[in-house]
Amino acid sequence: MRVIEVEDLYFSYNGRTEVLRGIDLTVEKGEVVAIMGENGAGKTTLIKHFNGILKPTKGSVRVLGMNTKTVPVSKLARHVGLIFQNPDHQLFAETVEEEIAFALKNLGFDDDYINERVNWALKFMKLEKYRKSSPFTLSGGEKKRLAIASILAYDPDIIIFDEPTIGQEYLHKQRLADFIKYLASKGKTVIVVTHDVEFVAENFSRTVVMANGKIVADGATREVLTDPEITKRARLIPPQPTQCALLLKDLGVPERVLLDSELVQSIVSLLKHSMIT
Amino acid sequence: MSVIVSFEEYSFKYSGTTFYALRNINLDIYRGDFILLTGPSGCGKSTLLRSINGLIPHFYEGEYTGRVIVMGHEVSKSSTYELSRYVGMVFQDPENQLFSSTVEREIAFGLENLGLSKEEMRRRVDNVLQILKIENLRHKSPYELSGGQQQKVAIASIMVMEPEILILDEPTANLDPLSALELFELLARLNREMNITIVIVEHRLELITSFINRVLLMDRGRIVADGAPEEVFLERTSKLLGIGVPKVINVYLQLRNRGIEMDRPPRKPEELAVQVRRLLQRRSSK
Repeated sequence: MRVIEVEDLYFSYNGRTEVLRGIDLTVEKGEVVAIMGENGAGKTTLIKHFNGILKPTKGSVRVLGMNTKTVPVSKLARHVGLIFQNPDHQLFAETVEEEIAFALKNLGFDDDYINERVNWALKFMKLEKYRKSSPFTLSGGEKKRLAIASILAYDPDIIIFDEPTIGQEYLHKQRLADFIKYLASKGKTVIVVTHDVEFVAENFSRTVVMANGKIVADGATREVLTDPEITKRARLIPPQPTQCALLLKDLGVPERVLLDSELVQSIVSLLKHSMIT
Repeated sequence: MSVIVSFEEYSFKYSGTTFYALRNINLDIYRGDFILLTGPSGCGKSTLLRSINGLIPHFYEGEYTGRVIVMGHEVSKSSTYELSRYVGMVFQDPENQLFSSTVEREIAFGLENLGLSKEEMRRRVDNVLQILKIENLRHKSPYELSGGQQQKVAIASIMVMEPEILILDEPTANLDPLSALELFELLARLNREMNITIVIVEHRLELITSFINRVLLMDRGRIVADGAPEEVFLERTSKLLGIGVPKVINVYLQLRNRGIEMDRPPRKPEELAVQVRRLLQRRSSK
């Protein structure tokens, strides 16, 4: 089932410069998709079309079959959770638990359910000890986790993360990656805008790359991130194992290496081979 | 090597909190160090930085014991203004730091309070624009710049004060990878050519590792490892704390576990590739 259908989408903030220029994109239910590209490529503008905050200047966006131009944002919000890059733009409540409860209250859930979801989200994002703290006393990484917790709490069908790994150490990235996989296994659709090539290489099977308001690549992460033409055009730095494999191409190391374990495998077989000859 | 910053039995607790954000820190930072400060979120990285430029205890209130000395000045007894002659701080979000109508004015702003002559101000501004290679931005508004350019202007407005120490709290958080790499290259140049001491909190380990000489790993308010990057990243503590290590170090470790020992751990893909070639040569000459 197609949950997001974007057709020939154009968008400009001021009626002159087009930030999006002819985007075609389809996302299936349960898919996990990374959107990459340099700053200003149009990534954030594109995802803001998925919950209807922005409306196409030309073309159309359908979310779960609903045309975002005609369906109100309040209705889309129940189904689409957008977690922004800068948590300060999202947080405003007096305490961490009130922050998480806010959207749940707005969506009209009963108190028992709200309590249950708040506790779950606090626990999941390891924020229990801050329950009564003000969101503004949290560290940058903790605020980020709170912003995520407050969206996950109301259980939307489509979850969109804008740069979730910024300011997060490896362990939290791993937890996030595991959770994204868990969400997908429950039939949720997850879209992640990120610059973090290593995170994408390890956790995403599909990658969309944007440059100058257009999609310049959309396919298997391995094909996309190991293609020097694409990474160069989108100002991305390929994963370290990919870079190293390219430098050892003349020795017979395969070109499409993405992960450290794959590089280790090819180096080991390279050395074995050299022992024999 | 001369000590430029030293922490002596230093602990700090923010007002209204129950736990110490820094616990018994003993640390010497040497002139010319390029230090990466890392550790799990909430471990005290930002607090340590703020204790160097005097934001702690002058702006953020709390209780402290022990002392921090910056170029011979005890931080708690020196004003932040006085300290700003030695220490410049760059934040995550350059927009919070920029407010003038042109880049030139932005950079000159801090100088206006130093009582310098017009000529000296002009000389310093010209000089810093040149060093940072942003002469082309001189007459632009800071708001029409890209995130990477803004961050360079923020650094310029600090460098113009001619500090000895630059402290940066996740300066590349809002930059794309290539812009982040350019910023690290710029910092490396300031470090190398002008002997500026740099302490940076940064999560992009795979990009910064080849530029630094020292890593401080923190956990729950303490420094738990201190050494050359490859040493610290190879330590068990790094893994236990889940900070992650650059993939090239991971490759080194996995090869070592399979009995393949390289001369030394690589800091970047180029070094790893060279090491692999060396291994091959050694095997074929046997």
